[in-house]
Amino acid sequence: MTAPLELVCPAGTPAALRAAVDAGADSVYLGFRDATNARNFPGLNFSRGELKQGAAYAHDHGAEIFVAINTYPEAGNLDPWHRAVDDAAALGADAILLADIGLADYAARNHPDLRRHLSVQASASNVEAIRFYHREFAIKRVVLPRVLTIGEIAALNAQVPVETEIFVFGGLCVMAEGRCALSSYITGVSPNKDGACSPASHVRYEERGDELVSKLGDRTINVFASGEAAGYPTLCKGRFVTRGRVSYLFEDPASLNAIGMLPELMAAGVTAIKIEGRQRGKAYVSMVVGAFRRAVDAAAKGEAAPPVDLGAVTEGQRQTTGAYRKAWQ
Amino acid sequence: MTAKLTLGPVLFNWAPEKWRDFYFGIADEALVDSVCIGEVVCAKRAAFTDPVLPEVIARLEAGGKEIIHSTLALIINDDEMRRVRAIAAEPGHLVEANDISAVALLRGRPHAIGPFVNVYNEATLAYLARLGATRVSLPGELPAGSLAVLAKTTPVELEVQVFGRLPLALSARCYHARAHNLHKDGCRYVCADDPDGLDVVTLDGEPLFVVNGTQTLSYTYCNLVGELEALGAAGIGRFRLSPQDIDMVAVARIFRDVLDGREEPLAGFHRLGGLAGPIPFSNGFYHGGEGVKSLPSPFAND
Repeated sequence: MTAPLELVCPAGTPAALRAAVDAGADSVYLGFRDATNARNFPGLNFSRGELKQGAAYAHDHGAEIFVAINTYPEAGNLDPWHRAVDDAAALGADAILLADIGLADYAARNHPDLRRHLSVQASASNVEAIRFYHREFAIKRVVLPRVLTIGEIAALNAQVPVETEIFVFGGLCVMAEGRCALSSYITGVSPNKDGACSPASHVRYEERGDELVSKLGDRTINVFASGEAAGYPTLCKGRFVTRGRVSYLFEDPASLNAIGMLPELMAAGVTAIKIEGRQRGKAYVSMVVGAFRRAVDAAAKGEAAPPVDLGAVTEGQRQTTGAYRKAWQ
Repeated sequence: MTAKLTLGPVLFNWAPEKWRDFYFGIADEALVDSVCIGEVVCAKRAAFTDPVLPEVIARLEAGGKEIIHSTLALIINDDEMRRVRAIAAEPGHLVEANDISAVALLRGRPHAIGPFVNVYNEATLAYLARLGATRVSLPGELPAGSLAVLAKTTPVELEVQVFGRLPLALSARCYHARAHNLHKDGCRYVCADDPDGLDVVTLDGEPLFVVNGTQTLSYTYCNLVGELEALGAAGIGRFRLSPQDIDMVAVARIFRDVLDGREEPLAGFHRLGGLAGPIPFSNGFYHGGEGVKSLPSPFAND
């Protein structure tokens, strides 16, 4: 038996945190209820008190808590980010997820014993970048951007002095994370600064005859025929015209699912796998975490993963292994 | 202190002769202080421009321009990493890092930071300055307030893009290839068909972005000619013009004229409009809102 992959699971609410722990999460990642984290959506995330209780629940059940403080602090207003780091340390976080260099420096100087992971938002996609964060801030683990093939991940793991964590399920960024201003350009709300991509406050659906039009701000992101499943108007998942042809230019409506690749990921030297979806409810968390728990344990024993249909939680979207297969490019 | 102009790197895939002649024209005629060379978007394209690079460098030097060697923004494979290592190891020109890996390679000696490195606040800026950054070209989405804070707290020379399409995103996937039903590895360099980018239009017929290989940019040209005075007052001393497939020598002259007080910003704005043709301008990021927007510049109240 090989060491199993660590299963890192999302929680947008205390109920989702308990659901993740109960379903077999090794660790749960979450954020505070403000712009210090990259899922700053209304009704989501944790107060300081909820973090303390959540951490106690996780620790009682042998799971760890990671706090994402992974947006880029605003010039002249560093305090909210500093407080987030201080409070995560004080309230029992096992690690924090960081993207900004200045904030990583703050955390390393003020909380040297609090484990630091590099967020996917830092977009460290190569050996020199990863070594840099390790050398400068003693980063212990890097969440790899969703731009690498499995072969490239294996090559990286052979050269870097840190653990790597990769996304295996859920919403799929097609752009290098932390380096995308598409949504900011259209809505004025920035994923990097404000922690929200394609925010619900800017989303509208309009009926136009038999068709349903989805808009972000004033811009049409998609038009759905009667009976066609209408997706959320995330910019990179929209339908556009290029060269006179209508297509999903950036990415088809698809959800990442690499559950069939776990043995390959283990062979590639990956330490931890991550499920996306802090904005999703506890039913999603229970179902997906449970399925991955069984698949991780099976892979560790060298057995085939038990068959599972996660179509119910991908909203009917096609499932893809994304950038992990070179054909995706 | 006199404000300086930097011509950013050509982000698009121009034919080698066009690319060379463009830089020759800049070397001979453009009123810019510094010129960025080097491929930023796709390492595969560098094979075409590398052969003419020595001529371009010689001509720019003869024209009295400071040369800045820009590096790749997204570095994944060994070829890309090797390329950046080689440029970082070259003595002579100032090298501009567009990824943290390049910062790591340039650490300990003077270098520039390009707009693809996330510098959002004074703590990050100070950290990079300690590693040797002497000049930082800031991300396009920073609003006026952030620019002012950064300028006030650093001795590093700060630069802001004031003209040209805004770089918005990078991907491992090539959208030019995808738009032609091709794979990135067999792309046939179709990005060369679109020297100003390939229009990405909404289903309602509104051009929104352009793609340039693996990069996505704004359809609008950023234009902060009306904000130059405020930027200068806030302590920004260097301004970047990002090359588009229009008369960039004329663009540079207008910015120089406005900076030197020979031309009113409003008149400069109209002259730039004549050069840009049908492409709309934007300045929304500077004013703290949607980047796509064109908000009234100070001169609108004159």
